[in-house]
Amino acid sequence: MASTQRIEVRVNETTYVREVEPRLTLADFLRHELHLGGTHVGCEHGICGACTVLIDGHSARACLTLAVQANGSEVSTVESLRDRDTGALHPIQQAFVDGHGLQCGFCTPGFMMTTLELLRDIPEPSDEQIKEALGGNLCRCTGYQSILESVRLAAQRMKSNAPA
Amino acid sequence: MKPAPFEYYAPSSLPDAVDLLSRLDADGCDMKIIAGGQSLMPMLALRVARPEALVDLRLLEDLDYIRKEDDGTLAIGAMTSKQAAADSPLVRSAQPLFQAATELVGHRQIRNRGSVGGSFAHADPASEYPAVALVLDTEFDAIGPDGLRRIRAADFFVTYMTTALEPTEILTAVRFAPFPSGRRWAIQEFARRNGDLALAGVALAFDIQAGLCRDVRIAAFGVEATAVRLTAAEQMLEGRPAQPIAFEDAGKVAAAALDDPMSCIHASSDYRRHLVGVLTARALGEAAARTH
Repeated sequence: MASTQRIEVRVNETTYVREVEPRLTLADFLRHELHLGGTHVGCEHGICGACTVLIDGHSARACLTLAVQANGSEVSTVESLRDRDTGALHPIQQAFVDGHGLQCGFCTPGFMMTTLELLRDIPEPSDEQIKEALGGNLCRCTGYQSILESVRLAAQRMKSNAPA
Repeated sequence: MKPAPFEYYAPSSLPDAVDLLSRLDADGCDMKIIAGGQSLMPMLALRVARPEALVDLRLLEDLDYIRKEDDGTLAIGAMTSKQAAADSPLVRSAQPLFQAATELVGHRQIRNRGSVGGSFAHADPASEYPAVALVLDTEFDAIGPDGLRRIRAADFFVTYMTTALEPTEILTAVRFAPFPSGRRWAIQEFARRNGDLALAGVALAFDIQAGLCRDVRIAAFGVEATAVRLTAAEQMLEGRPAQPIAFEDAGKVAAAALDDPMSCIHASSDYRRHLVGVLTARALGEAAARTH
């Protein structure tokens, strides 16, 4: 048994201190240590993108990151999207609902976190840019067209909601 | 938890990291350096790799830089993220082939965490980077117990996932000599899905002087145990008119001259050979048509 490490990670604006085994992935840390089940694990080796979170503002696969590597980092998961005070869905979440951007929902947290980074960096993406950004996430239900449509919808709404 | 257990170290300085590696090595420890981990983590998850210890370079912030030196050399710190390199206007203008290759690596989520140095040190035969390094004569700086060593690309990639780096050495920087403006370049690859490791690919650069091909460098990846220079095609093109017929011929020569392309469930040896021919001709055409 390898020795454990003490880590301090800020997740969705709450700081957590835990003692973990080095081999614990960030995905398992979020799910099993912090009980944040929104981050889904699909393939667990970096192919499917279901576990996408933001680490210090950059999208990353939580299954390809060790929890110890996130020590001192700021992590955002899909649980951060909903408005903490009002409970209202984030425009990206609402757009996925309205645009039928999900069926079973398993891959959805990863798509939403990828979309969050995309629309932060490119508020008015072209279809090509959306496709490029979503290329790292797999969905087995939708056939992707409704996800594309949902991201377009989210972009439109976030633009019109943005302060002038 | 999928990976097998291991000890974990995150040294806070380069000298500490070198000392630690030397100590672990002396103890006979099977250790592995982890940078971004985007290649190593899948191998740990699948238990293809089961190191006893991981030495994480994440705290070595002085290995995260992109700078142009006085002689025009572009130096990129080994811990610079691929996305930072791909987004850098300096990289784009100074080393367009390397920039284009970087955009082909994985997806944004992978490039955000994956380091520039990591892919070179990992030396996956299907990686774009070693082939680009052979075309550009990239140099690699490594620091070990005996100090700094500078290794040429031709000497760096040894075989399948094996480089000239000693277990106690850390790759600290990759260095690109100035890429002359007007020199043509292209990188072409074929993968089943966008972002997957390529089944085969070709990177190349050459000059066109008075309509003739000069100083041709072509390398293929995903084909043999490590990236390979396609010297037969290079020599055939040297001094030939930069025209589609010559590019088609070069593709045929490139394919025929391959030693023994890899075969796997995704692509047979013959198919990879075919791809190299097609991709070489395509890349030559793309490069010749490039106006910037």
